[in-house]
Amino acid sequence: MKQQVLVLYLNTSALDAEVLAWANYDGTGRTNPTTGDGDVPPYETGVDALKDGWRLFQASQLIPPYPGHEYDTSFLKHEFWFEKIE
Amino acid sequence: MTTTKYLLTSVEMARFVANGFHRLDAVVPAELNERAIPAFDAGQQPGVAYGTPVKDAFPEGSISRELLDLPVVAGALQSLLGSDPTVDHHHVHVREPHEGGAQPLHGDAIIDTRIDAFDVQLMYYPQEVTTDMGGTLSVPGSHLRRTNESDTGRYQNLRGQTRLTCPPGTVVLLHHGIWHGGRRNDSDIRRYMYKIRFNPTVPQVRTWDVADLGDPDVARELSVFHPWSEHATARLEVYNRIKMWRALTNDASFDIDYWATRVANRPGRAA
Repeated sequence: MKQQVLVLYLNTSALDAEVLAWANYDGTGRTNPTTGDGDVPPYETGVDALKDGWRLFQASQLIPPYPGHEYDTSFLKHEFWFEKIE
Repeated sequence: MTTTKYLLTSVEMARFVANGFHRLDAVVPAELNERAIPAFDAGQQPGVAYGTPVKDAFPEGSISRELLDLPVVAGALQSLLGSDPTVDHHHVHVREPHEGGAQPLHGDAIIDTRIDAFDVQLMYYPQEVTTDMGGTLSVPGSHLRRTNESDTGRYQNLRGQTRLTCPPGTVVLLHHGIWHGGRRNDSDIRRYMYKIRFNPTVPQVRTWDVADLGDPDVARELSVFHPWSEHATARLEVYNRIKMWRALTNDASFDIDYWATRVANRPGRAA
């Protein structure tokens, strides 16, 4: 049993929001995705990935900003992890 | 040498503050590009001690000196850094043909939260860079995000990213914080990029041609939303650019659409 992983970064905390960034990791060894290998997102929204058979297994928590750092920006906020098993 | 006519405008500076880079396509003469490639094949350029003044760092006739003496490069560097910057370090980066891997997306050095000062990294490409040669990946507008080095390595692709392709002799000047990485070279050609990092030694205040400071395009450039940034966070990006522009212009009243003024308005409260 091997796992393929898809990570989607969405515009808001909603799963049907637009995909802004993405990453793929392929445990089957058939593909070798890497940094900067494409400009076109694999799906328009997170729900589109569900419709294509990806299973959601983790989503970012909604964490309030640390006091005094409300205007700081850092990592992408809305990260969703999907898998396919074969 | 006078660089006055090559200084950046306020609109160009605002674009740098919003995007984190300033790109100069095909500005290096072919003769210098042709000398650079065999020199880079031969190894690293002679070392320079941290903090060496630019004017003392590279000997007359060297590739580095001739590159930095190009008026369009000198004018852009003066606009971004002010007078008398120093060299932090320099390095020739080579991506070998079919080497198989890409760098993880990263910011150089360590997390660097300065908003009222910044280092500049010059990247020089002596040859044409095509898509499959693995030109530098960078993420416009990522430079003010507070992340440390390769902690962003999980991100493979972002909407609106730049996968650099360019003609020979292109120079890109980057804010120290921008997310970037060398892409996988899937071609048969060695790819070269020569980088020099500069540190400012004077306050970076009105160091460019400020004649157009009141141009409405300044605010328009600072207000850009990048396609990879969450809508809510993109508003914070504009807020942070307002803070940076206030520092660069020494104008504490500068604002766009009341973003900074509104959240600081506490009538009658001293602290």
